[in-house]
Order: sequence, then structure tokens, then C-alpha cells
Amino acid sequence: MQRPSDDRLQIPLSALNQYAYCPRRCFLIHGEGEFRDNVHTVSGTLEHEQVDRQAGESKAGVRVEYALPVWSDALGLSGRCDVVEFHPDGAIYPVEYKHGKRKQWDNDDLQLTAQALCLEEMTGKPVTTGAIFHQQSKRRREVAFDDNLRRAVKSAVVAVQALLSSAACPPPLCGIDARRCGECSLRGICQPELIGSDRELEQLSQTLFEPEEELP
Amino acid sequence: MTLLQNTLYVTTPDAYLRLEGETVCVMVEQQRRLQVPLHHLGALVLFDHVMLSPALLGRCAEDGRSVVWLNRSGRFQARLEGPVNGNILLRQAQFRTAEDGRAALVLARATVAGKLRNSRQVLMRGAREAKSGADRDTLVKAARLLAIQIRKLPQAETLDALRGFEGDGARLYFESLPAVMREPVREQFPFEARSRRPPRDAFNALISFLYALVLADCRAALETVGLDPQLGFLHAVRPGRPALALDLLEEFRAPLADRLALTLINRGQIQPGDFDCREGGAVLLNDKGRKTVITAYQERKQETLTHPLLQQDTPIGLLPHIQARLLARFLRQDVRAYVPYLQR
Repeated sequence: MQRPSDDRLQIPLSALNQYAYCPRRCFLIHGEGEFRDNVHTVSGTLEHEQVDRQAGESKAGVRVEYALPVWSDALGLSGRCDVVEFHPDGAIYPVEYKHGKRKQWDNDDLQLTAQALCLEEMTGKPVTTGAIFHQQSKRRREVAFDDNLRRAVKSAVVAVQALLSSAACPPPLCGIDARRCGECSLRGICQPELIGSDRELEQLSQTLFEPEEELP
Repeated sequence: MTLLQNTLYVTTPDAYLRLEGETVCVMVEQQRRLQVPLHHLGALVLFDHVMLSPALLGRCAEDGRSVVWLNRSGRFQARLEGPVNGNILLRQAQFRTAEDGRAALVLARATVAGKLRNSRQVLMRGAREAKSGADRDTLVKAARLLAIQIRKLPQAETLDALRGFEGDGARLYFESLPAVMREPVREQFPFEARSRRPPRDAFNALISFLYALVLADCRAALETVGLDPQLGFLHAVRPGRPALALDLLEEFRAPLADRLALTLINRGQIQPGDFDCREGGAVLLNDKGRKTVITAYQERKQETLTHPLLQQDTPIGLLPHIQARLLARFLRQDVRAYVPYLQR
């Protein structure tokens, strides 16, 4: 079922991150409205609240905006940046706060690059680098917004738009990617094991009318 | 997976429930009877005249906690409805499937197969535990006949034909069910056929009440996954009728309600004194009986078993949620088949 085309979806920035992590997770959260907290998302939310609360502070000539709403009409994106630094030399530098120690999947870089594209459209100035701040290690990891990342964002936006305009839920990750399922907060709702047993379900449904003879 | 949280059942007439911090406080005649942390509660089920403070109502609506009012015999009266959530696309898929006669029939057949297979399972367990050869023979024979009935289901080409097979199967099942009761208590619970609205004997009163409890859980499970509980496949649509919840109930009647009723009777936990007989022949559980049944049902829901598909320990109370989710998966074509819960 397609939505009317004049009613283009605005993609939340976080959906790009979810999509890069797992298309099925993206659909469950943004298409089905499912969300369950787990340890990671709860502590993530708490950390974000801390970040959000310090709005307006500045350091060494750098103006810092916290929880800054950003958007791109050209791409159909909108969301919020945890932190954007406006440097005296004109550089605009987004920083995304993440709970985990270090990058494990490249979804965080994609989300940050999308923020940069929004900031460029909003300000008309180039945004070339930003950083992921990892709460656990208290380290910043710098990300340069190269052409590869920019292209990846644009194709992800198209893919997410197609995904959220359809009623079909993508299948769970398989193979080596399925490692991500272990730390996914939506595991219980997604039920990758059940979907994986599709063939078993079909077999069971064929023997549904054949009760076992297990009389005493 | 959805957490199995407690359901708070309040049966005391004129109790008043209010929000106090993060807890629910149950007041009876200005006295504080009970205080429970809200985050432990998945649902409130209130019998008859029980009042809620507006603050508690608002909080339950906000959290998506179900609040249901039942009358004294367990019939549905009202429920709290918060913001509509879930996926409209999923509900559209549900409506399309219901309109597609073929697809609806396939689902309805699975539902009836689940019902009759689980009923048969109760008879077979009864046969294994039977104390007399006569009872055993009765139950074995009925189980064989039920198996024949189940094999016939694929032949049903219309919903009406299917409902005919279902009715025949249910009659076979209920006819032999007294043989599952132990000899000493059997006479206290004479049971000839299913009767309802109102039940005409104690056993009917007992299972009717349990069905109402399980139905409330089925309905909540469907709403949790975003399905419309009023549009069913086996049960026809009627105003105010939770047809899909009744469909889902079919799989659970025997294992969750009938089996528990038989256990309560066989162990002497429920006795004729737990029922009131009304002028004219209606029989209903009284206050004491209702409390016994609710407590036993709550305990049963906490027990775990290995789910045949998930292969993991699952609290019995979560089974309706798992089936509701499987149904949603099937409706949006995430999986190719819907398989009802089959009791092992």
C-alpha cells in the first residue's frame, strides 16, 4: 500500500541510524510505532537529558548549541543534533553523543553525516567534519564527511522512504549481521527466531489437521 | 517480548483506586487495603462498582495499561481506551484478510483446529489419569472421534460448514468431559451440556467465568500488537462483539480455562458452596468462589512452559501475546502461515 506521493514522508534522522543498523528495526520503530527500552536505550536517554540540559553554555570562543533542531527540505530529513559547535573561524561542527564505547557499526557515522547535510542546507556553509562522543570512554572520534558518506546518506534516505511507505516489514538480519540482534532492544518484538522458523511454521500448518495418535 | 506483569483484580464493591506517587492505592470504606507499584501492573480488571480517580485513569491511558470493568459474573462492561496506537497499515491488512473469504477461511480453520486439538489434549490427559477403566474408555473413544472431526476440517469450504464441524466437536468434547472429574466430586458437579447466559449449573458457571478472564487477556494481547479486536475471521462481526478476541480465545479455552476448572474441582479447591443458585435455575460463582478462581488463574499464568515454536521458557500468561504477535506477523505477510497455540 503506497502513501499518496504528494505527502512525502519526512524521515527522522534517527531512522537513518536505525536503518543502517537493521532495516527491520527501522520499520518496527518508525513504521509500526513499536519501541521498547532496554539497558542501552534507557541509559542513552538519560545521557541525552544531561546533554540537553546544559543548553547555551560556551567554551573558549566556541558557541555551543545543544539539542538543536535541524532539517533538510531537499532530502526530506528532520531531527535534532545533540551538540553543534560554532567555531570563531566559521567552522560548524556537529557532535553526536553515543552511549557505547566505540563504533561497532557505521550507523552512527551515517547519522552524523546526515546532520551535517542538514546544517549545510540551513546555513549555506560547508560542514566538513564532526565527531562522535563516546560516553563510556569519554573520547571524541572525528568523522570527515567525505563523498562516500554523503552518497551513503542520500541512498539511505531513498531506501528509508521506500521502506516506510510500504506495509511490508523487512526480514530479520541473517548471517554475520545477526550478531547485532543480541544487543537490540527490539529483539522480543522482532522475534527473529520465529521468523527464522518460517519453514517450520509452514510445515506445522500443514500437519494442523493431523492430530497425533498418542492415546494411552 | 512483552513483560508478563501482574493484573490487579479488584472484586470488592465500592472500592476506590487512586494514584499515589508511582503506586495504586486501593481504598475500601476510607481504609487503605492495598498499595501496589504501578510498574508491576500490566492491567486492571475491576468487577462491578469499583471507582478510579481521574489521575489514575489518566496515567493508565498514558502508559497503555488496560483497564477493564466486568460485571459480577465476569461479563464485559467497559474498558478504558487511550490514544489509538499500533500500525494502521497492520489494521488495513487485517481488514483486507477478513474481506478475502479464502484467507479468512484458512485462518478460521486454523483456529478451530487449535481449539479441537487442545480440547482433545484435555481428554487424553484425563484418559491417562483415569482411575476407572470405564472413564478411560469413554475418554479414549471421545478423543478418537475428535481426531476424526479434526481431519475433516480441511473439507469445510465455507465458514458455516466449519462452524458446523466445530459445534459437533465441542459437543463430543463436553459430553465426555465429566469423565475427567474424579469420582467423589463428580456428583457435586452434574454437567450435561454447555449452557450460558446464564449458566445453569456450577461447572458451566465456573468455565464461563474463566472464559471471561481469558477473553480479557486475549483482547488486551490483540490491542497490544495493534490489531482490532472487533474484526474476527471465525466469529462474525457484530456491534460490540470482540470477534477477533473470541477467535483467539478458542485456542485457549481448553488448556487455560477448562483444564484449570477441572483441577480446581478435582482438588476440592472449588466446592458447591462457592456458587449461588438463583430462583429459576441460574447458577453463578459467589464472592468467595470468584476469589478462589481469580487467585488460581493468576498463579497459573505465572507458571512457565517451553513454547513449542520459540523453544524457550514462557510464562503461560504470555501465550495470548505470543499468538497475537504471530497473527500480526501473518497478516502483514511477515510469515507464511498462522499456527495456533497447540498444547503438548
